[in-house]
Amino acid sequence: MSSLADIVTVVLVAAGALLFLAGALGLLRFPDTLSRLHAISKADNLGLGLIVIGLLPQAASIADGLKLLCIWLLAQLSAATASQLLARAVHRGRAGR
Amino acid sequence: MMLLFDLALVASLLALAVHVVVEPDERSGIIAFLAFGLLLGLVWARLAAPDVALTEIAIGGGGTGVLLLRAEAAIRGRGKHEEPMTRTSKLAAAMGCAAISVGLGFAVLSFASPAPTLAPTAVEALPATGLGNPVTAVLLAYRALDTLLEKIVVLLALIGVWSLAPDALWGGAPEVRPSAVPDPLAYLARVLPPFGVVIGVYMFWVGADAPGGTFQAGTVLAAMWLLVMMGGLRPPPETAALPLRLALAGGPVLFLAIAFLGFAFADGFLAYPKALAKPLIVAIEAALTVSVAAALAMLVAGPARKAPS
Repeated sequence: MSSLADIVTVVLVAAGALLFLAGALGLLRFPDTLSRLHAISKADNLGLGLIVIGLLPQAASIADGLKLLCIWLLAQLSAATASQLLARAVHRGRAGR
Repeated sequence: MMLLFDLALVASLLALAVHVVVEPDERSGIIAFLAFGLLLGLVWARLAAPDVALTEIAIGGGGTGVLLLRAEAAIRGRGKHEEPMTRTSKLAAAMGCAAISVGLGFAVLSFASPAPTLAPTAVEALPATGLGNPVTAVLLAYRALDTLLEKIVVLLALIGVWSLAPDALWGGAPEVRPSAVPDPLAYLARVLPPFGVVIGVYMFWVGADAPGGTFQAGTVLAAMWLLVMMGGLRPPPETAALPLRLALAGGPVLFLAIAFLGFAFADGFLAYPKALAKPLIVAIEAALTVSVAAALAMLVAGPARKAPS
């Protein structure tokens, strides 16, 4: 049972880490701010989500699991807002030119 | 495996440190400094010092970074450029930094190994304080004087920032709200603070028995207050407003009052009567958390920009 949980954790966390790697690669390689935002926000939301789901079987108690989920939701909220604000700043800059 | 991770951590820390120093664009340098604080927090976590890690990420990275960004935004576009440094002054600065680095290196290498430690003594005396977190015991019982002075230094820094206001605006309100509040920011300012306040209060409360404490909790609460002010939901208070001044001074005043009462009811200055040690420490921490939160938020908000009403 515990080995099954461990396998789930390893697979999901590895997938999440891979997504973060892809996001970082996009951040470095994409040509403009909007496409970079696109890359990094995917990594943030999905990558962190996979890591959190992967860690859930390892949580010692229900409260710990809920804390993990809260971290994911709060990170989503702040990342989404930051991306929106950055994208708006870029958009305004283009319109102003 | 962990060694590999540690080496990668140290390597990226060093690379970021060099980047912060050589980056010609101030804003990029500050953002790199923010990332540096975050990585340094991870290093502290790896050293099994979660209290320091939390403080480093909250104050060293986040708080200081935001202050630097605000300062940079304030001087950007004024068209004033300091004269480029001459070769000799650059050389002198480099020599000074190198001398300090070499000195620090020698000092670290000459430490006794294993290092002398007070940790067993600190844990031994823990029951007398009623606390479960030895770090909080050090901060508020064994070395309370340091903590008291630390909090007063924050207030002095705030007085320094406030003093930048022109005479006519002294006592007026600072301005943090952008001229047009973007919708996502207003949304975040409505949704996040309820969570943030709960998290901040929780960090203060668990500080007695687990990693957490006044500075970490104060930073979270300050961030929530700033978010509300930046989202335009509540205006910043006038810097002369009595409730604000009371919140700012409350922590250190309570701390000092209890410290002096120690002469009458315990062994002396900053000593707690044994039966009341934990309630007193928690009360001081609560008042200090409010003071730190108000001081940090007002530090970021900056000097008064509007005339007092």
